[in-house]
Amino acid sequence: MEVFLVSLLNGLVYGMLLFMLASGLTLILSMMGVLNFAHASAYMLGAYFAFTISQYIGFWPALVLAPLLCGTIGAAIEMYGLRRVHRNGHIAELLFTFGLALIIEKVVQMTWGLIPVPYRIPAGLDFPLFTVYGTQFPAYRAFMLLISALMFGAIWLGLTRTRIGLVIQAALHHPEMVGALGHNVPRVFTTVFAAGTALAGLAGVIGGNYHVTEPAMAFTMGPIVFVVVVFGGLGSLTGCFIASLLMGLIQTFAVVLDYSVADLLKWFGFTVTSATPFHEVLTVPLPRIGALLPYVLLVLILVFRPRGLMGTRDT
Amino acid sequence: MSADATQRAPQGRTLSAAPGSAGLARRAWPWLVAIVAALLLPWLFFDWSTHRHSGFALTMLSEIGLMAIFALSFNMQMGQAGLLSFGHAILFGLGGYCAAHTMNAVKAGAMWLPVELVPLVGGLGGLLFGVLFGYVATKQRATAFAMITMGLGELVAACALMFMGFFGGEGGISTDRVIGISLFGVSYSSSWQVYCLVVAWTAIAVLLMRLQTQTPLGRMANATRDNFERAQFVGYDPRMVRFCQFALSGFFAGIGGGLYAIVYEIVTFDTVAAAKSATALLAAYIGGAGGFFGPFLGTIVVVLLQSGVSLLSNAWLLYVGVLFIVMVMYAPGGLVGIIAQHAPIARAGRLRELIVPYVRILLPGAFSVFGFVLLVELASFTTIGAAQGKAFKIGPQAVDPATAFPWLLGAAALIGGGLWLRLEARGFRARWDALMADAKAKGVML
Amino acid sequence: MSNAISLRGVTKSFGRTEIIRGVDLDIPHGQRHAMIGPNGAGKTTLFNLISGRFSLTSGTIELNGRSIDGLAPHEINRLGLSRSFQITSIFPRLTVFENIRCGLLWARGYRYSFWHLLGGQRALNEEADRLIERLNLEDRRNVPAGLLSYAEQRALEVGITVAGGAEIILLDEPTAGMSHSETEYAVALIRAVTEGKTLLIVEHDMSVVFGLADVITVLVYGEVIASDVPARIRGDKAVQEAYLGTEAA
Repeated sequence: MEVFLVSLLNGLVYGMLLFMLASGLTLILSMMGVLNFAHASAYMLGAYFAFTISQYIGFWPALVLAPLLCGTIGAAIEMYGLRRVHRNGHIAELLFTFGLALIIEKVVQMTWGLIPVPYRIPAGLDFPLFTVYGTQFPAYRAFMLLISALMFGAIWLGLTRTRIGLVIQAALHHPEMVGALGHNVPRVFTTVFAAGTALAGLAGVIGGNYHVTEPAMAFTMGPIVFVVVVFGGLGSLTGCFIASLLMGLIQTFAVVLDYSVADLLKWFGFTVTSATPFHEVLTVPLPRIGALLPYVLLVLILVFRPRGLMGTRDT
Repeated sequence: MSADATQRAPQGRTLSAAPGSAGLARRAWPWLVAIVAALLLPWLFFDWSTHRHSGFALTMLSEIGLMAIFALSFNMQMGQAGLLSFGHAILFGLGGYCAAHTMNAVKAGAMWLPVELVPLVGGLGGLLFGVLFGYVATKQRATAFAMITMGLGELVAACALMFMGFFGGEGGISTDRVIGISLFGVSYSSSWQVYCLVVAWTAIAVLLMRLQTQTPLGRMANATRDNFERAQFVGYDPRMVRFCQFALSGFFAGIGGGLYAIVYEIVTFDTVAAAKSATALLAAYIGGAGGFFGPFLGTIVVVLLQSGVSLLSNAWLLYVGVLFIVMVMYAPGGLVGIIAQHAPIARAGRLRELIVPYVRILLPGAFSVFGFVLLVELASFTTIGAAQGKAFKIGPQAVDPATAFPWLLGAAALIGGGLWLRLEARGFRARWDALMADAKAKGVML
Repeated sequence: MSNAISLRGVTKSFGRTEIIRGVDLDIPHGQRHAMIGPNGAGKTTLFNLISGRFSLTSGTIELNGRSIDGLAPHEINRLGLSRSFQITSIFPRLTVFENIRCGLLWARGYRYSFWHLLGGQRALNEEADRLIERLNLEDRRNVPAGLLSYAEQRALEVGITVAGGAEIILLDEPTAGMSHSETEYAVALIRAVTEGKTLLIVEHDMSVVFGLADVITVLVYGEVIASDVPARIRGDKAVQEAYLGTEAA
């Protein structure tokens, strides 16, 4: 029970973090058709920016400045890069962001080094908030939940209460129609791209010290975010939200349940030994399979249900 | 149907030249020249005082050979069939693992196989996994296909670290190419002998891939790339076309992997990892995915950067990445595309007039490249290289990267060169447009 | 002998909108059949149903007495039906010659072969060249199809459609956007290349329709309101009201 409750909370924290990343990508992919490989790079940049800024002026300014910086970079990428590549089609855009992701990783390695940087949780939030069944729940995780909940509210308000939000909503479902309505499509795209990148940056700020801030963090996070977006479905932020939480819970629970297929077979009175065919496969513990799960899901969803959980059209 | 005669180009040259011995000879000689050149090239690096080949040069040339097969097989999917894969290395790497296990089995006496045929085993392994993964991946196309291949790539890479039996975990599978069985009585204990084997297999694989483009399947792969719906209405199942193309490209990638196992005598997790897949993508795109030989050219560039530059810094991937982005933004046809764009001007006989404009843009271009490289090297030296206790040098001159001078020099060269380039680019474009207009007027566009 | 194409109670809905509302239609072998109707009548939708591009909501479609329910477009093509598209659909990066040859490959049994070299298939190449000559595209033979003029692309599309020798040909507005002389040429071309075949054609140009068709079917709001020989369609009151009348006015 104790493990369950703690894992549930941790899964929720991780899921909300994923949503902050995935919501921006869903918007970008649904509206612009760009599978943005550099999205997770913005997450990484957010973490590194926050690390550097918090060294000089502290964590709280970093919480604001780092996402803004990421958003600015995102806007620049959209205006001076993507727009130029756009006329060569979606695959060219995809390749462009892929190249960007490569370059950003290298630049990060060159600026901050190959090894993880000591980006730590701010001292003011480094205390146990409450204790469940003897396990402490850190205040910083509650803070992460709070930030992501606030962001969720902000996105929701922005989409339903502002003019540009309504345009974006319309564009989510019928991207080809926005231009016909006489809206300034390039500006909408730039806004969405910048906002998405800023959100990813914010996720980096609060996720970088929760996980590890290292040059590989973009390429480990990238595929997971893709899974969430595809799982949730194109054009559906609700689907994206559900998929994020599910993915957070699945990955968290997979880590704590230390069983393998062999253990399951033991229940049926069948013992796996090193002589059993495929014993290597059968004895892999669940936590390790858990790491594979996102990719298995990605492949299965794309093959059997390309529109995902709540998508309005195929990926 | 149109009566608009002015639009028509002059009588096109007939592409399907009359088959016959003369035509065959004309088509064969570039191949022979290439093979002879490949065999002569290592002698440029031959050390006559010790009578030994340069191991570095041979390894690099072997790498170019096997990576070219890999990049070309990648382009069977991307260039020919319009399928952008982010997991192509799994076919390459799994072929390599199959080859390595086979060599170990031969060495242990469990089976008989000459070394020369080991790449074929790699190819069959690649084909097998190509069938397996292709069945899944080719259910979709375009972006969904790209994501499925990415998922499969990550899966196999993760499995490679998880299952010791087949993949050997982090350490990989070591093997020994001196297995004592050879069709030609060669031991393959020297890298020169191995290089000859690589050249032979590269020639075979490239020739087969070239011929494949001229088969019904190869042509229909182009057709489904261009317009999969139309392909359906001439009787072809686009999915089946994609599947066959994918599986065949797995075969060739596997041959590359088999050669890898022979050259390096170890196959590790790296061969299936995402970075390897990316290398094929970068090489194919930088060289030009549109033409058949583009990826070959791209491979040469990438491997040269990789082995030439990474001796000095760890930044080769950054240079390749920047080159890639520049290509995506300014020259989607790659290097081959850039060369091909000159064809009308050359046909109009005015290529010589571009020499001066080229010198005028290459000069500032070289300046900004120098500035960029200097800055990158300085940065990577300060964060990564300094710890290794090396000194930073520009040419023979040692410079202290802790002072401001080299940084300012780099920045000045980059920015100054860039501004100068912008200025010159205008003149170049005007000249280019004028020459193209002339070519158009002369009717030599196509 | 059964009909080439036979539709029974065919309906098609997109969401709640019913585009095709119970169409019955029989086209015997060898007939040139034109389908006319105002914009949005569902002509192209009907084409897409017959060629398997869309799935039926209800009803049955039979080709040569065989139901095509659940068949993919390429399977329907292999039953001997070939179609063109309203919006030009060719292989833009392949040459004119390659385009036509792609249209021939399956029909000549090459399937997914990667062991035949196309350069050496003399009979196939000659057949493609003969068709290109009939299309009057021989001096554009080695030009990428994407660079052709509009009318040339339309001709090429007809060429790809008939190349495989399908017995049933569906042409969707083959002369749309053509000049008068181009249209005349296109009609002669269509007449020549569909000789002895079953032809179903959607067309807006009435001179083309009345010049080409043996039987005309009028489709209005997803329903067949008349289907008869041209002379009687011309005199049909309902047709004039629903369609020709408004057009003439």
